[in-house]
Amino acid sequence: MRNPLSKKIIEIEPSGIRKFFDVANEMEDAISLGVGEPDFDTPWRIREEGIFSLERGRTFYTSNAGLQELRNEICKYLERKIHIKYDPKNETLVTVGGSEAIDVGLRCMLDPGDEVLIPQPSYVSYLPCTVMADGVPVVIPLQYENEFKLTVEDLEKYTTPKTKVLIMPFPNNPTGSIMTKEDLEPVAEFVKEHDLYVISDEIYSELTYSTQHVSIASLPGMRERTIVINGFSKGFAMTGWRLGYCCGPEAIIEQMIKLHQFAIMCAPTNSQYAAIEGLRNCEEEVEEMRKSYNQRRRFLMHEFARMGLECFEPFGAFYVFPSIQEFSMTSEEFATRLLNEEKVAVVPGTAFGECGEGFLRISYAYSLDDLKEALGRLGRFIQRLRNER
Amino acid sequence: MDNLRNEILRYLETNSRVNLGELAVLLGVDEVKVANEIADMEKEKIICGYHTLIDWDKAGVETVTALIEVRVTPQRNQGFDRIAERIYNYPEVHAVYLISGGYDLLVTLEGKTLKEVSRFVSEKLSPIESVISTATYFILKKYKDHGTILVPKKESERMLVTP
Repeated sequence: MRNPLSKKIIEIEPSGIRKFFDVANEMEDAISLGVGEPDFDTPWRIREEGIFSLERGRTFYTSNAGLQELRNEICKYLERKIHIKYDPKNETLVTVGGSEAIDVGLRCMLDPGDEVLIPQPSYVSYLPCTVMADGVPVVIPLQYENEFKLTVEDLEKYTTPKTKVLIMPFPNNPTGSIMTKEDLEPVAEFVKEHDLYVISDEIYSELTYSTQHVSIASLPGMRERTIVINGFSKGFAMTGWRLGYCCGPEAIIEQMIKLHQFAIMCAPTNSQYAAIEGLRNCEEEVEEMRKSYNQRRRFLMHEFARMGLECFEPFGAFYVFPSIQEFSMTSEEFATRLLNEEKVAVVPGTAFGECGEGFLRISYAYSLDDLKEALGRLGRFIQRLRNER
Repeated sequence: MDNLRNEILRYLETNSRVNLGELAVLLGVDEVKVANEIADMEKEKIICGYHTLIDWDKAGVETVTALIEVRVTPQRNQGFDRIAERIYNYPEVHAVYLISGGYDLLVTLEGKTLKEVSRFVSEKLSPIESVISTATYFILKKYKDHGTILVPKKESERMLVTP
């Protein structure tokens, strides 16, 4: 019998961290700091709108690109937030989460052999999606010394004549790092000089704590070379609704709509109706969540300082990324022992790329009470490790 | 009101037992500053007290809560204030509000039994000269009180670890 599988899919290595995830998810009565989604319920007015749309019998396909009403609201929102005007008819596509936009975007932009710059540590999907789109992933390891920001020096090292797309994963999962306007400007210059395109994954854009989020697409000359990806999962606490979107130049979006139409048809209808309510009336709820995250973030940084655990102060998303290099063990060893000995689940930094070795991703999408309990245990564990030596 | 005060109040409104050092960490400001602001707001009566929200049902203590609509004739020179005072001075009265709409005062009352509450209405409240009429509603179940949902909350269904 012939091999049913493509070489491409076999070539993609299963995440080495999978085993750890399976063990952790089976562990009973463990406290987790390992989740990549908000702990808040979706704001009630959004849920209520979702229910109402079902009651009204809005259970049909929408247009492929998404409800026009929703696309209008998305464009108004982006103009408010990142100060870019997109045409809701031709430059906006509603997708099944930001993840679909990453996949479809790469598939529409790459020819075989085109190189994609992927700064890591970062979310797990950029690399496999690049491979499936016949692109060549080129990992840029970000440096702790730079607080895991992307610099022009990094870009210079990894850019070749074949480089076509740069992924910009900021605010960053797992490091919590953000790129300010000043950080972005030299990167934008580099991108223009080398005639690259940018896929800017801004799914955590609502969650920044020092300055307002700045999109690279808002810098001069960048709008025409950038696809902005965003969605409702993080800022609006809507992970399970599977709703995201992307905006960019018509030439690219038009083709993305084509692929989306064949592969997906349209994003879930009732999620789309619910999201309209989110964009219109949930500014306050989002702000309240942001405030809570920020308090927890400060609390964690304070506790790390007390424990003497090295960590740069991150100003985005809901993660902190402390270093465990002083304990001379791998991230996975550390996380496995922490899970077994203190029943606290954290994610080894290596889940997000090899350069995450020596770090842990700790999520603060948990109540303060949970965080206190978990950090108490973490502190005890660290003390024990230090005593062992 | 300045921002820090606002943030302190928002926090205290639902977590009055917080320790000051911790609150200072959460808000990212100096502990002394937080302590001073709170002391000032106590003096200025912006912070009027620290209370505990109790589910008496769960504590196994029988209580009856009633909402009473009261229509009154306002008194010359004193409007509703004087009559309100005559009502709120009773310790079993929890709250007295002046209300717009079909009646004037809304009184919430807590008693041990139905009888106790109805005795209060018939013996204390109704006989006050300027009270024209009352209507009493007994609370059957408290779902949410002071912004806190009292019915049991569902367990979180999030997975333990996700990327």
